[in-house]
Amino acid sequence: MTNTIDARGLSCPQPVLMTMDEIKKGTANKIIVLVDNEAAKENVSRAALHKKWTIASIEEQELDFKITIHHGV
Amino acid sequence: MSKIGNILAGRWGIIGVGGAIGILAALLQKLGNPGNMGICVACFERDIAGAIGIHRADVVQYMRPEIIGFVLGSFIAAHLFKEFRPRVGSAPIVRFILGMFAASGTLIFLGCPWRVALRLAGGDGNAIFGVLGLIFGIWIGTLFLKAGFNLGRNKPTHQTAGWMLPLVMMGLLLLAFVFPQIAGEPKNGILFYSVKGPGSMHAPLIISLVVGLLIGFIAQRSRFCTMGAFRDFLLFRQMHLLSGLLALITAAFAVNILLGQFHPGFQNQPVAHTQSVWNFAGMCLAGLAFALAGGCPGRQLFLAGEGDGDAAVFVFGMIFGAGIAHNFGLASSPTGIGAYGIPALIIGLAVCLFIGFTMRKNIA
Repeated sequence: MTNTIDARGLSCPQPVLMTMDEIKKGTANKIIVLVDNEAAKENVSRAALHKKWTIASIEEQELDFKITIHHGV
Repeated sequence: MSKIGNILAGRWGIIGVGGAIGILAALLQKLGNPGNMGICVACFERDIAGAIGIHRADVVQYMRPEIIGFVLGSFIAAHLFKEFRPRVGSAPIVRFILGMFAASGTLIFLGCPWRVALRLAGGDGNAIFGVLGLIFGIWIGTLFLKAGFNLGRNKPTHQTAGWMLPLVMMGLLLLAFVFPQIAGEPKNGILFYSVKGPGSMHAPLIISLVVGLLIGFIAQRSRFCTMGAFRDFLLFRQMHLLSGLLALITAAFAVNILLGQFHPGFQNQPVAHTQSVWNFAGMCLAGLAFALAGGCPGRQLFLAGEGDGDAAVFVFGMIFGAGIAHNFGLASSPTGIGAYGIPALIIGLAVCLFIGFTMRKNIA
């Protein structure tokens, strides 16, 4: 299952907290996180790697970033 | 260009940035800044408040170029790396109030988290109570964050809005050039200058400005944050930002040893008092306010430089708060806490708890 988190416009550490909550829920093996700044992109990516998730892709869309992460390697 | 940015945001990048800040801060002290105060965001914003006459405590009035440099250095970096994103609208009034009480807390301790680190690196034992209070305050903040506390979303806005604080800083710099300090004079034109006390102690203007610009630049790239350092460790067990802060302390300690600036002890430390309970409580209030506002006072300046109008409001809250801290006699001095320090602490903590308990979820 794929879940999407919209963390645009939210400041540190909300995007990471929301991503961690979703990972902890355990219902999704793929999560898409939308953020709107570089720092949030780096923080979410770092947190995902820390939880041993894999970053499948990071797409830049106009002002936003779409980060796709999935469980395991 | 973006590759360089990525390096600074990486593990060794944040350690390098923290180390560079520690070295530069210790050198600024050698070049004239007050003891264990090579850089103190709260103290320097307080000095700026004094320079423009928001308060008239004549020992702490100086237009500190480091603060101006922090904002403008970040502004330059954000533009160079295409990260300038003008945004506003995440509870600005709440951020103003948090900034105000963050200033109260830091001025009761006598230092922001950056100075806590520098005081530790200079051997000031009183800072141990400060850092413990800071961690405790941030820990309370993480409990609110876990319970869903947030200040809501910001929205993209006009470029002009993002330029406001950088423009104000350019204006303040212009004032410092138009009305430079005259030796022995407490005032030139509209600017106040301390002739004694910490406000009279400073490195040459140009050096302070260049160091400020450099730190603003690398801190924007690396997202250096002294509050985030403890918050991320407490929340996620992540060492990333904390490694930057530890590098700052280590580097400043090393330079202090080399320059003979390391004086271990509790008594007669520069711009410090020995009332441990209030050192702890002051930083506890500051830590909580910074955690709720999402960044230490340095980080707020760097965010404002990259277009975050809400962080800019926090900065104005701190400058205003620093002004009233001296007008109301709630700031401490080396002899101890001010006459109204304790009521300010109680009110500040009550306001922060009120904000923390009542601003939950609802971020659709």
